Amino acid sequence: MKDISSSVRKVDSIIKMSGVAQYVDDIKISGMLYAKTVRSTKVKAIIKNIIIPELPSGYHTVDHSDIPGKNVVSIIFDDMPVFAEKEVKYYGEPIMLVVGEDKDVITDIISNIEIEYQEQTPVFEKIKSAINYHFVKGDSNKAFKNAKKIIKYDYETGYQEQLYIEPQGMIGEIENNKVTLTGSIQCPYYVKNAVKVVLDANDDEVRVKQAVVGGAFGGKEEFPSLMACELAVALRKIKKPIKLIYEREEDMQVTTKRHPAWIHMEAAINEFNEIDGLTAKAAIDAGASIGLSGVVLARALIASTGAYTIENIEVDGDVFLTNTVPNGAFRGFGAPQMLFAVEMFIHHIAKELDIDPLELRLKYLAKQGDATSTRGKFRDPIIMNDMIKKAMEMSDYKNKVKAYEEEGTYKGIGMSWFLHGCGFTGSGEADHIKALVKLEKGADDKVTILIAAVDMGQGIQTTMKKIVSHILNIPLDQIIYNKPDTDLVPDSGPTVASRTIMIVGGLVARAAKQLKEKWEDGKQIVVSERYKQPEYIKWDEDNFIGDAYPAYSWGVNIVEVEVCPVTYQVTLVGIWSVYDVGKAIDERIVMGQADGGILQGVGYGYLEVMRNENGRIVHKNVTDYIIPTTGDTPPMETFLIDNPYPLGPYGAKGAGELTLVGGAPAVALAIENAINKKVTRIPVTPEYIMELMKNG
Amino acid sequence: MAKIKFTLNNKQVEIEKSPTARLLDILREDFDFTGVKEGCGEGECGACAVLINDQIVNSCIVPLGTVEGKNIVTIEGFSKTKRHEVLRNAFEEEGAVQCGFCTPGMLIASESLLNKNPHPTDEEIKIGLSGNLCRCTGYNMIIKAVKSASKKGDGLW
Ligand code: FES
Ligand code: FES
Repeated sequence: MKDISSSVRKVDSIIKMSGVAQYVDDIKISGMLYAKTVRSTKVKAIIKNIIIPELPSGYHTVDHSDIPGKNVVSIIFDDMPVFAEKEVKYYGEPIMLVVGEDKDVITDIISNIEIEYQEQTPVFEKIKSAINYHFVKGDSNKAFKNAKKIIKYDYETGYQEQLYIEPQGMIGEIENNKVTLTGSIQCPYYVKNAVKVVLDANDDEVRVKQAVVGGAFGGKEEFPSLMACELAVALRKIKKPIKLIYEREEDMQVTTKRHPAWIHMEAAINEFNEIDGLTAKAAIDAGASIGLSGVVLARALIASTGAYTIENIEVDGDVFLTNTVPNGAFRGFGAPQMLFAVEMFIHHIAKELDIDPLELRLKYLAKQGDATSTRGKFRDPIIMNDMIKKAMEMSDYKNKVKAYEEEGTYKGIGMSWFLHGCGFTGSGEADHIKALVKLEKGADDKVTILIAAVDMGQGIQTTMKKIVSHILNIPLDQIIYNKPDTDLVPDSGPTVASRTIMIVGGLVARAAKQLKEKWEDGKQIVVSERYKQPEYIKWDEDNFIGDAYPAYSWGVNIVEVEVCPVTYQVTLVGIWSVYDVGKAIDERIVMGQADGGILQGVGYGYLEVMRNENGRIVHKNVTDYIIPTTGDTPPMETFLIDNPYPLGPYGAKGAGELTLVGGAPAVALAIENAINKKVTRIPVTPEYIMELMKNG
Repeated sequence: MAKIKFTLNNKQVEIEKSPTARLLDILREDFDFTGVKEGCGEGECGACAVLINDQIVNSCIVPLGTVEGKNIVTIEGFSKTKRHEVLRNAFEEEGAVQCGFCTPGMLIASESLLNKNPHPTDEEIKIGLSGNLCRCTGYNMIIKAVKSASKKGDGLW
């Protein structure tokens, strides 16, 4: 049999290329109504009064008073209401739905709804800490006390919009008393569980199905639960099929984004010019509700030494509440912010000490057996040395970095090193998710994969089938893997955190082995597997001590740029990447993740600007929130090195997020190399470069 | 309201609607050609691209009234052609499809490009597809796919 990495044609490409794939907005149910959201036009205010005009027959409003259960969207931290009740905390917060047959009539009704507010003073500054985490390793106090020199830098990262090309959407109907929702979602069971709380419903009264998903990147992790809750309340009230689809402007204004972050780094340097201690203090802006922000912060803090081992560290971070749109999950989940700070800082330390950054970095590069930032252990082989060597060869890094240091070349090359913890942080997998997978063999010997994992473009329809096909030695078309439907599949957990192949795929592989042993032609057989944490993994959630992740994927990104000396426009010249994802289940699919991830990461670093002004996101559409186009895409070369992880299927680890997290520091370092100024902020826009050129 | 007649995927059609209605909505809702996608609604992402008299146009900014007598091809119509087959194979072989939401527009843009320039360079491909946003693929594999289609489909365009 062929090596599992050798690529096959993706099983879902044909329907997508011929235009017949059904995304949520393509679904029609007869008698279907449309819903549109009435939103707060104030940043922070008390709702004094709402006057609804007389509604034409067949039109309805749906608000908090229609909720049979709790007015809360349940996801990790339950502090977001489904519909605002007495107060609004951000511009665009949902207050009610207007539902009816004709979209124009709905728009007309909405424009005639009068809401009387009593405005209050909003908070935009980082003063209201909702969560604080703090942990230490070694004795950083001593290191700082004995330091010969202390180096301090502040780093800042902006918003990033997922900008999945398909905006958010959900459609629902009542089937035999059951609320059935189909949406563009990453996590069918998150949606189901949230809806149950809002409707005060039993398990068999809610059903959630996945439509074909037009990109997600974390943006469809928790946000769809809000839409689903709103829609479910409307369905219970109106009892007719309803569709709720966002237009791009609405999507950009109100959906979750990557948290802006501020990171203060300090290094204690001893008499031998060694980094004796390091402190990192991070702040992330959650917006108006906490939601997943604590988990995002945790991942950021754990990444505070990046791909390096520093003996003595102290790490501290806060989640701040502000009266702005709630931020949430986005590919990388806190790591991109921190890895930007770490990679810049180690270069800035080297420059301050006047040593070659490469030398300094190699000295602290993590090795197998080292303690992680949380006193866990890097148990598996780390092959970064080979990866770095390969990436430098591919890009001619050494020669270029020297040549471009010369004043006035306006060319630059930058290299980032990074790791990404695979799966949920800490004890999430073992304590909260407890993933369950099933395989069902029919009398026709076809095997159905029953999992809740969603293909949002990352190719798991294909890779999951490949895993089963290889183990059972049966062709791909003998395997069925339909889009998840909570009435049919067990809860194998959400499609997030680079866990799908490693954790869910690992369970699928184990189930397939079980099935292989029990296989009898023509007989119906069902097998299942539940996640068990390896015994040696220990995690103290309160003190951040132990193994934060079961395994890590590693990467090296090199980006080359040219900066226009007149306009300071940055042009990408080339991108080279080397990754250790354990083992690729399908090489071309991983390469596709690599191309897309790095461009999204690099875009975050130099191009994608999003701001809020007085609590409102200024950017409205793809016309003013600019993402890379073909015109920005340089030649890209990716190389994978196998380093199989014993517990992953065929040795596979996570790949989805890894490919994004190193992009921003690589491009920022390239720009730093080109302009000979220290970059401390992303995105590195022409305006920022101009500021640096003027002020140093 | 006005009666508008045009050719849609090789069929004569007629519809009575406001001439200011967006062609995108007409195609999706009245004719069920949902392969035409809405990504931005402002003519900037290319997800809603169709061919009108062989020219690529973003249907979200086309008023219905302007297509009288014209020949419109959506991805559904294009997918029945030999050229689509060649492009389809190339997109599959290069791995150019991820979530697929941009894909119908990308294929229409590729067709339009190859129609004008059957053997484009990488640079020309990038320019030809620069009106189509994709957030998943980083474009690399799409560019390779168009290049490979132009070779494999030699003589078709
Ligand atoms: S939807 Fe028409 S160009 Fe984006
Ligand atoms: S494949 Fe998802 S947007 Fe292009």
